[in-house]
Amino acid sequence: MGAPARAHPKLTLQFITTMASEYATSGEYIKHHLQNLTYGKLPAGYERTDHHGNVVEVLPAPTWTVAHNSQEAKDMGFMAFHVDSLGVSLVLGAIFTFFFWLAARRATAGVPAGLQNFVEWVIEFIDDSVRGSFSHVNPLVAPLALTVFMWVFLMNLMDLLPVDWLPWVATLAGVPYLKIVPSTDPNVTFALALSVFFLVLYYSVKMKGPGGFFAELAFQPFPKFLFPVNLLLEGVGLIAKPISLALRLFGNMYAGEMIFILIALMFGGSWVLGLFGGVLQWAWAVFHILIITLQAFIFMTLTIVYLDMAHSEHH
Amino acid sequence: MNFNATLIGQSITFIFFVWFCMKFVWPPIVNALETRKKQIADGLAAADRGKHELELAARKAGDNLRDAKAQAAEVIAQAEKRAAQIVEEAKDAAKQEGERQLAAAQANIEQEANRARESLREQVAALAVAGAEKILRREVNAQTHADLLAQLKAEL
Repeated sequence: MGAPARAHPKLTLQFITTMASEYATSGEYIKHHLQNLTYGKLPAGYERTDHHGNVVEVLPAPTWTVAHNSQEAKDMGFMAFHVDSLGVSLVLGAIFTFFFWLAARRATAGVPAGLQNFVEWVIEFIDDSVRGSFSHVNPLVAPLALTVFMWVFLMNLMDLLPVDWLPWVATLAGVPYLKIVPSTDPNVTFALALSVFFLVLYYSVKMKGPGGFFAELAFQPFPKFLFPVNLLLEGVGLIAKPISLALRLFGNMYAGEMIFILIALMFGGSWVLGLFGGVLQWAWAVFHILIITLQAFIFMTLTIVYLDMAHSEHH
Repeated sequence: MNFNATLIGQSITFIFFVWFCMKFVWPPIVNALETRKKQIADGLAAADRGKHELELAARKAGDNLRDAKAQAAEVIAQAEKRAAQIVEEAKDAAKQEGERQLAAAQANIEQEANRARESLREQVAALAVAGAEKILRREVNAQTHADLLAQLKAEL
């Protein structure tokens, strides 16, 4: 990983030197890798500090700017965007839709070749999954499942890029932070999960009517007079859907990324440690190929299942 | 874990991509797949039909062959019969011709015999006349006795 190996034999983990020389400790290195590039609004009178804690600037008016450290990102509150998450996921989604669109535009019933072959393979896989789990007619579900699977898969795939490559390039370009795996950003996973959740609510009400949906929440599994208990039980179950959906993906990818970062720390140590780190990184990356595919698949399958439940009457 | 407007931005992006897939990606590809499925099914059905037709044709060809063989056998039998008949007819004709020729020959022979007899008779008559002339030279005129001789000749 691009880190010039200036080894500190005794204090290897304490004083890792990486390409960005401002990392004083391994803790800072990790923090830096877990910080999104945030563009947001800082309030008037905000005191901006350098990384030694000295105040370097006091903002005269509310300002939209790039956060220079994690504290600033936090202080921006809700009015902030993770430019890296949005940008990377947008690029990945554009790549995915472009190639699929290309294949769709040239799709023929004749003998498929190359790109069409691959796209048809994916589409048939998704179609099988939808047919297997979704027993109603809704033209939205299959394209939704396709988008979820491919997009989440591509976002997860960024995890296999060595953790320092793109951030290092970004640093050279003067960008302070860059987190290239969008699915390690809870904003991203929750955006997907909440979108799915709103669709679940929408179709629940549309298919069963508001009364039917309420009855489903309130009048089962226990008899009607216990409706507060039912409501609590079913309500928690309902809320748990998007939260588990988002946290499962986020947790898996975040943990995976964290391990990559920890492994990457070894490259700053002695060459023996670096070599060992290389082997570890390779092994973890191979294992991660399974994880990223599995997580994308789980997210897609649960999306289909939740929507199927939204369409089905419970008795 | 800062929650911020990224949530909204990402949701909008997500909705856009889903809409795009729903509009421009999924239908054409699924259509192509369906069309191909149908084409393959049609092809298989056509192959089945072809096989069936082949079977029928083979059966028909067999029938035709059998008919033709039967016909040929009949023709041959008829031809043989006809040949036998012709031979028979030829035999009859030959026999008749032979008989006719035999009859003609017999008639000829008879005629020749008659002619020979006639000539003999005339010669005998002439001889008799000559004899009688010689005998009667002196006493009888040939001319006066010619009637008598002719009468004699008819009696022979």
